[in-house]
Amino acid sequence: MVKPQALRNSFDAAAARRRCRHYRRRILDISQQVTALHVAPAFSCTEITDAIYHGLMRREQGVDHDVFLMSKGHGCMIQYVILEELGVLSREDLDRYCQPDGRLGAHPDYETPGVAASTGSLGHGLGIATGQAYAEKLKKTDVMIYCVLSDGEFQEGSTWEAMMMAANLKLDNLVAFMDYNDFGGLERMSDGHKAFYPLVEKAQAFGWEAVEVDGHDGEAIFNAVTSRKRATPLIVVCRTVKGKGVSYMENVPIWHYRSPNKDEYQQGLKELAAE
Amino acid sequence: MRNRFADTFYELGKADPRLCVVVADISPAGSIAKFRQEFPDRFVNTGVAEQIMIGMAAGMAQRGLRPFAYTIATFTLYRPFEMVRDDLCYQNLPVTIVGIGGGLTYSTLGATHHAQEDVSIACSLPNMNVIAPCDPAEAEAATRWCARQELGPVYLRLGKAGEPVLTGEATTPWEFGRIRKLRQGADVCILSYGPIMKQAFEVARCFEAAGQAAAVVSVHTLKPLDREGLAQVLRDYPQVIVIEECAPNGGLSMQVKALAWETQARCKLVAFTLQDAFIHCYGSHDEILAEHGLSAGKICHRLGLGQ
Repeated sequence: MVKPQALRNSFDAAAARRRCRHYRRRILDISQQVTALHVAPAFSCTEITDAIYHGLMRREQGVDHDVFLMSKGHGCMIQYVILEELGVLSREDLDRYCQPDGRLGAHPDYETPGVAASTGSLGHGLGIATGQAYAEKLKKTDVMIYCVLSDGEFQEGSTWEAMMMAANLKLDNLVAFMDYNDFGGLERMSDGHKAFYPLVEKAQAFGWEAVEVDGHDGEAIFNAVTSRKRATPLIVVCRTVKGKGVSYMENVPIWHYRSPNKDEYQQGLKELAAE
Repeated sequence: MRNRFADTFYELGKADPRLCVVVADISPAGSIAKFRQEFPDRFVNTGVAEQIMIGMAAGMAQRGLRPFAYTIATFTLYRPFEMVRDDLCYQNLPVTIVGIGGGLTYSTLGATHHAQEDVSIACSLPNMNVIAPCDPAEAEAATRWCARQELGPVYLRLGKAGEPVLTGEATTPWEFGRIRKLRQGADVCILSYGPIMKQAFEVARCFEAAGQAAAVVSVHTLKPLDREGLAQVLRDYPQVIVIEECAPNGGLSMQVKALAWETQARCKLVAFTLQDAFIHCYGSHDEILAEHGLSAGKICHRLGLGQ
């Protein structure tokens, strides 16, 4: 049996920036095939997902050794384009996104190659990830579970049930990433839900190791995980900008779901090229 | 039923390291306590938190384990309904949900503890399998099947402790998805499942006293329903009676009526279910069933039988 590739001990920030630029352009391309696509939610967790796939996760003979779980299912476009680049999904798969003859929808489906859980309804992923991490403990493996959640998912009581249980069980093989873009569907969460904060301290009070980083700095995300203490589960609170990378999308709620028209698409490509 | 489940699970769990129990703050009865002592890592208590009980069970199943999520029936399905639907059914994972005290078992605790529509709800979920044994022997057979199956999620609806053995005269063994005859008779056939089977036998004896031979059939697997077996019953008997401890909408009665229509059955068909109501009555299990009209006496009266 081939030993999984060792955890990388460094992260090439320049290469990550190039990859992320490519991912965002690819997502914009796909946005021209369909009338609606969760572009902005994917752009806010682009660097997080890239750092997990290209920095943290181990693969053996092209098969993931560790587990990636997109709890914020509406962010799945970034996972799809990374899986395409890794050869797990094909170009045809992405070309047929949301088409009846395709297999990719606007939320991830379990048993699609590379997809660890069906998500879409918020507040489910961390509970499933907790079960997965506990199973790996029982099986005495070194498999890591990486789970990306939206900040909005931390308004679901079920997420806090999982926070309690994962800490109770001392699941140091579980790392959660909060895509802290501050946007709910209706308003900025910092306006409407002031009691939601502080986040790091809340997670720590629940028995987690917790750090806050710039969520668009892949190297910072990578370092936060590789330098962890490893006695409890870890949460990396990633400060992000919804729609990051395309000026007219940044922090503008309509882009949660809208696809850009032709002019907007061209402008988006231009901005991403200049970045 | 609860104790036989526990004994059986303990025995199976000793041999199969994939079997785990995830409970939500329910004190483990009998052999489950022994299982916890011997295999503390394979017994997880999530506390008063049912969503994580189901979510964790899903994740554990995805990584190769075979968890049983175990608590009071209402709390296995109602509180974490979306986890049951999305995490277990949508992903089609082999997790057994063990609902203790299905129906009105917790007769003094009020409707918050009455799983009076659990079978209807569970049957409406795609991929879900639904089993409701009527006695300890069926509970054991069902538990063995659940521990080995790879089909998908199962709702295993149990009563509590102390149910009588009702399947001693059965001519066929318990088989998933197949109805079985527990009592022979050619004039009437009574279909039932779960602890209320006891009343079904009493009604059969009333028929006997009135000179009619009543068969009793256990429809222990509510989903997938044994449509062929039931169609045969509807063909073979001039009168078919359904007795179930479940709300009228979506339970066995409604499904048997639909099947009778589809197969152009010519038999007389009468159904007895719980009422579509929350009844504020506190008493024994039999007493609250009687309030819903489900005592043997009330059923026989409505059937025109003296008791």
